[in-house]
Amino acid sequence: MNAPCSAPSTGEHSPLLHLEAISKAYAAPVLKAIDFGLQAGEIHALLGANGAGKSTLCRIISGLTAADSGKMWLASQPYRPREKSQAEAAGVQIVQQELNLLPTLTVAENLYLNRLPHRWGWIQQGRLHHLAHDALMQLGLDDIAPDTLVGSLGVGQQQLVEIAGALSQNCRVLILDEPTAALTHREIEQLFQQLRRLRAAGVGMIYISHRLEEIKELADRATVLRDGKLIETRAVSDFTTQAMVESMTGESTKELQAHTSYRTDRVLLQVEDLSRSEVFAPISFEVYQGERLGISGLVGSGRTELLRAIFGADQAESGEIKIGGKSKKRFLHPQEAVAAGLALVTENRKEDGLLLSQSIRTNTTLSDLPSFRRRLGRLDQTQEFEQTAGIVDRLDTRCQSLDQPTQELSGGNQQKVVVGRWLLRDAEIFLLDEPTRGIDVAARSRLHRLMAELAERGKALVIVSSDLEELLETCDRILVLSAGRLTGEFFRESWTREAIMEAAFRGYRQATASESA
Amino acid sequence: MPPSTAASESPSPTKSSPPPRRSAWSGAIEYAGMLIVLFGLVLIFSSLSDRFLHWRTLTTIANQVPDLTVIAVGMTFVLIVGGIDLSVGSILALSSVVLGVAMVDGQWPLWGAVAACLLTGTLCGMANGMISVWASIPSFIVTLGMLEIARGGAYMVANSQTKFIGSAVEQVATPLPGLQLSTTFLIAVAVVLFGQWLLSRTLFGRYCVAIGTNTEAVRMSGINDRPYRIIVFSLLGLLCGLGGWMQTARLATADPNAAVGLELSAIAAAVIGGTSLMGGRGSVINTFFGVLIIAVLQTGLAQVGASEPIKRMITGGVIILAVLLDAWRNQFYRSLPGLLNRLRSRKNSTVTDS
Repeated sequence: MNAPCSAPSTGEHSPLLHLEAISKAYAAPVLKAIDFGLQAGEIHALLGANGAGKSTLCRIISGLTAADSGKMWLASQPYRPREKSQAEAAGVQIVQQELNLLPTLTVAENLYLNRLPHRWGWIQQGRLHHLAHDALMQLGLDDIAPDTLVGSLGVGQQQLVEIAGALSQNCRVLILDEPTAALTHREIEQLFQQLRRLRAAGVGMIYISHRLEEIKELADRATVLRDGKLIETRAVSDFTTQAMVESMTGESTKELQAHTSYRTDRVLLQVEDLSRSEVFAPISFEVYQGERLGISGLVGSGRTELLRAIFGADQAESGEIKIGGKSKKRFLHPQEAVAAGLALVTENRKEDGLLLSQSIRTNTTLSDLPSFRRRLGRLDQTQEFEQTAGIVDRLDTRCQSLDQPTQELSGGNQQKVVVGRWLLRDAEIFLLDEPTRGIDVAARSRLHRLMAELAERGKALVIVSSDLEELLETCDRILVLSAGRLTGEFFRESWTREAIMEAAFRGYRQATASESA
Repeated sequence: MPPSTAASESPSPTKSSPPPRRSAWSGAIEYAGMLIVLFGLVLIFSSLSDRFLHWRTLTTIANQVPDLTVIAVGMTFVLIVGGIDLSVGSILALSSVVLGVAMVDGQWPLWGAVAACLLTGTLCGMANGMISVWASIPSFIVTLGMLEIARGGAYMVANSQTKFIGSAVEQVATPLPGLQLSTTFLIAVAVVLFGQWLLSRTLFGRYCVAIGTNTEAVRMSGINDRPYRIIVFSLLGLLCGLGGWMQTARLATADPNAAVGLELSAIAAAVIGGTSLMGGRGSVINTFFGVLIIAVLQTGLAQVGASEPIKRMITGGVIILAVLLDAWRNQFYRSLPGLLNRLRSRKNSTVTDS
């Protein structure tokens, strides 16, 4: 049907935003002569693996970074923002992946921070309240009061507040970088409705997401970047998900491998009546050697807290943990858990996973450092390099050198570094909290393959994910948490999406009003 | 002088390739900035005063810095783990007075008095560490308290009097025949080299850097950060005791009023040497250069006859300038590859892959 159109010059009628030969290099070239056009009233998806250059392109359009060369036009006018404020004044708004809100201020103050209504330097609280209320209503956020502190909102709601902030300003071009990563299903629907309304009003939107179903549902056209080059721009209507993945990775995807279970009968981790009041009720379950156990549930259902309590990062109030049938106790510190063979890959790799300013090597060897200890406490750095190189190879981590600070890596590669730390340590039981959130298709499938490898080698894996498809794809068994209680256990042979979703909501329906977490 | 073999393992991203060891050059680049500033200062002062570039002036400077040097080394570690210690001057005074009182009033032998002096410092540092770690109070506040407590302790022990000890203690601080350098200076250099080795080559050093970079990530990696943070404060306490001994030996007296404001000099030396106040970054050798820069400035400005107000203003300016230079240096190295790429692509007018 479609002729493979390479490097399209969108020259039908002059586009709202037009980019010509945009290039940018940091340590290595990140963008190579990108031509890109965005029409008014269009939702244009930007696809690509992590590190393909999507974020950099958006940063250039929104004035956060300057391009090395190339030209841009906005509504046929030359456009070259030197700062974010200039781009905003021209009507280009960006909602970045990382939240840029101040948790100690109210929602209203955050929304209008750069233009607080004031008289003689006094903030007009009444007007601010009204303005913020209107901005929130625009996005249908009637359940968020303008004078709530942002810090008391959940991540999903904060994300929506940020989007409301962008929409409350002059907005001709709206860039959304992974806006749905932290949103619940209902919030996503709400957001999509608003985005469609904006499209009808003639706003041009650039939409980045790794969730290809979303793009199929929402976007009009899609542009694929790979290794800093523009591969193709196509109408979404004749762009299958399969074709998108192939275009992004540059290789045809093999057939989805049939699921193989490596589960044995030997219990590796047994959790008995573990509880933390206000967070989760007594929970018991066991994980078998070679098993991949998924934990599903809504955001805030206590999944992360459960993993942290098992790992000793937070203290549970009662209950026991048995490792390999032995040692009945709870861990008081992650140190004890790690010594017992547990590993936790946390939800926020930047906050409590990585040493961002430190090298890949330092990050990889961190939890197994004593094994590199030689006489007088000296570290065998040659050995460290070799071991790290092995892990980097194995996970296909993209980097310039093993001394590169991890903050310079893309999300997927950062995640590989965190996981690599536990591979080096050779942990027995892996607790993975949202292991593939915000990372690209290629890295994601690499991590999924790794999970299978680990299971095959007799490790036990507990995988928490908000993405049910991911759990269905990778796990042998799925437990469902709802409002801090275990509401379901499903086996691969007999599970259905509907049953799992129903279980995820069950706890909330029973405790109708008392849900605020 | 940087040890040729100990190519520093500093977190600043200098360019290097996958093969195991960094080249000796990356180590040289680490220290180049500090060396340039130091030599620049020496050049300026030698051109302003013909008495400056004499071995005698240089050894005088060298023999004055040991106490500040050892404390700045300890401070570097404390800053690297993300703490700060404001009480070092007071702890030094207290240790020094303990030494003086033991020798003068107690008629203790030198070794016993020195042991008491080092122990005093260590205990104070340990108290700082334990309170701030176990009670989760910022070290800024705990050591602000210790600043007063130790100073009060020094007055109490010395009965608010300066103890003159005399030649019994002076031995280590007197210039050795030949090079005219004192034993204390040699000890200080040894402490610097050992400190750099500890920081860049050992498990302990790696944990310190990791804790200062992201304590929570370290904890979640199964490492208990608390003992390390306590040890680092205790180590600084020990070095305060050592500095107290060195200063007492140099001045032949133990003064409860000694070393007021020393904490700022030690922090300044570390910061001039590129140590981050946010933790996670620092180099002991560069801190040593920071100490030397401050000392050269003090002596040089005194020799060219600058007044006290001018001396202080210039010293302050140099601190800011050094930190600026360090930031620019890092930016420059980081942007270097991009810059080269841009030049290359402009020349070829086609985009080549590197």
